[in-house]
Amino acid sequence: MSALVSLRRVTKSYVRGKQKVEVLHGIDLDIQPGEFLALMGPSGSGKTTMLNLIAGLDQPTSGEVMVGESRIDKLSRGALSDWRARNIGFIFQFYNLLPVLTAEANVEVPLLLTDLTRAQRRKRAQTALQLVGLADRGKHKPNELSGGQQQRVAIARAIVADPTLLVCDEPTGDLDRQSAEEIMNMLQALNRTQGKTIVMVTHDPRAAEYATRELHLDKGQLAREEVRHVA
Amino acid sequence: MKYFKLIWAGLWRKKARTIFTMLSIVVAFLLFGLLQGINQGFNQAVQNLNVDRLYVSARTNMTDGLPYAYAARLKGVPGVRAVSHWTYFGGYYQDSKNVIPAFSTDAEALFKVYRELKVKPSYLEAMTRTRTGALVSEKLAEKYHWKVGDRVPIGTSIWTDKQGSNTWDFDIVGTFDSTAVGAGMPEFYFNHAYFDEAAAFGNGVIHYYIVGIDTPVNAVRISKAIDAMFENSTYETRTQTESALVQTAMKQLGDINFIANAIVGAVLFTLLFLTANTMMQSVRERTSELAVLKTLGFSDGKVLGLVLTEALLLCVFSAALGLVCATLVFPVLKPIFGEFQMPLIVLGMGAGMALLLALVSGLPPAWRARQLNIVDALAGR
Repeated sequence: MSALVSLRRVTKSYVRGKQKVEVLHGIDLDIQPGEFLALMGPSGSGKTTMLNLIAGLDQPTSGEVMVGESRIDKLSRGALSDWRARNIGFIFQFYNLLPVLTAEANVEVPLLLTDLTRAQRRKRAQTALQLVGLADRGKHKPNELSGGQQQRVAIARAIVADPTLLVCDEPTGDLDRQSAEEIMNMLQALNRTQGKTIVMVTHDPRAAEYATRELHLDKGQLAREEVRHVA
Repeated sequence: MKYFKLIWAGLWRKKARTIFTMLSIVVAFLLFGLLQGINQGFNQAVQNLNVDRLYVSARTNMTDGLPYAYAARLKGVPGVRAVSHWTYFGGYYQDSKNVIPAFSTDAEALFKVYRELKVKPSYLEAMTRTRTGALVSEKLAEKYHWKVGDRVPIGTSIWTDKQGSNTWDFDIVGTFDSTAVGAGMPEFYFNHAYFDEAAAFGNGVIHYYIVGIDTPVNAVRISKAIDAMFENSTYETRTQTESALVQTAMKQLGDINFIANAIVGAVLFTLLFLTANTMMQSVRERTSELAVLKTLGFSDGKVLGLVLTEALLLCVFSAALGLVCATLVFPVLKPIFGEFQMPLIVLGMGAGMALLLALVSGLPPAWRARQLNIVDALAGR
């Protein structure tokens, strides 16, 4: 099977003040379709940088980033925006919902970039909310929801446009244990039942246990890999 | 249109701030509409003034007056077809707040000079017959419910009669239609012969000679001829066209054009900073939200468009509200400025100013939003 995501000799450097800091050093990585990958490692190891490169939020300093058929490291800013809209669903640590919009309107936002009619957008947003168990909370604003519920709205927003890849940056980092388990069960269900490919950055070993593969980064290099056999 | 909900929600993120900014814009454009509207209205009125009339007054000051005897000499100037005169009475009715634009005149000659004033011949005849007679505009008669045959006491802060009274009784002998002449013209005329005889002082002089000429082309020549005729005399004259006279009178109030533009300019300049600051603050507060939109696939151009449309919506909606208020206020100012309507050009100028305000105040924050780096913004850098 050909990989959905391929990173070849990827390096990434930042200039901070007068210093040039290389965060990733020649990373090679393949992620297969339907995989649930957990990226782990200490702070500053390059996990989020790698996630940003895979999601097309940032460009590598050198090397190739291939997602599906697209060499995304070659795309312009505009083309990359279009590509993200079609292919990537994002889940953030702090949910990052728009506070002025209702849950339903938040879920509808990615669909504004499609040709769907208003009624179609609304229906799909409601379906996505139903999938995350929040059909009755569509008219609530984010500040009227608990942390776990806000993250579920964020998951609905991530899946509403049916992306190829879900990227999650510490999705349970701001949640209590019970909410974290609910969120991880939901992500696992999306991976198992809908075949969604998921790349997740986490510090939490319990969250990582839901993944089919764990990759440990250290000082910008892949240090260790652990593959789980799904029952 | 599908982004409207997103833009609208962004606009109302901080309700109080948006409402206060909107109120500032509404008030600024209300002021703009009123000042520019009045200014344009005056300019239009001046342009519409007749150019086949000349006004002759004392060179030093209108109130110094000119001898009554000048009338015959003015009639002799080639190109002059009729001569009448005005003397300012400064009248009021019952209360000094009820100002009556009253003037003494030679009514028969006056209606020959002012051919656009419409009066029944029978009223003119009655005016000639009645020493204390007065002709009033239909608007004034309607306002105070006067009718022909009424005797009305008109007070004056300037003139006393020989009995020492400053309230003069006049008998209304007729009305005239002054709509074709427009605002700012006298609306109450009485016989100068009666006034000159009864006044305790200022006898034998008048304030203005109004000279009707055969063709506007000759206005300059006739003006020069009149002033030359009385040069080096005790009562030197200054002859002006009607529009020049009105402009001079208006300049006594101040340069309306300059005042209007200066006030509006200052207000809009301040407003520009206020709106730009509001938009900039709003964008700064939403850095992470805008970064999320970009993450979800909104292009740089779309994000710029969203912020700019937000500024446009704020400025254009508020400005439109301000201009509508100004249009509604105009009829209230009718007693002061007469029959003015909001000139369309002012509405057009207002729309242009609102667009400019939105662009100038919205572009810097919109550009900042466009340039936002997703990774840095999400990391709070």
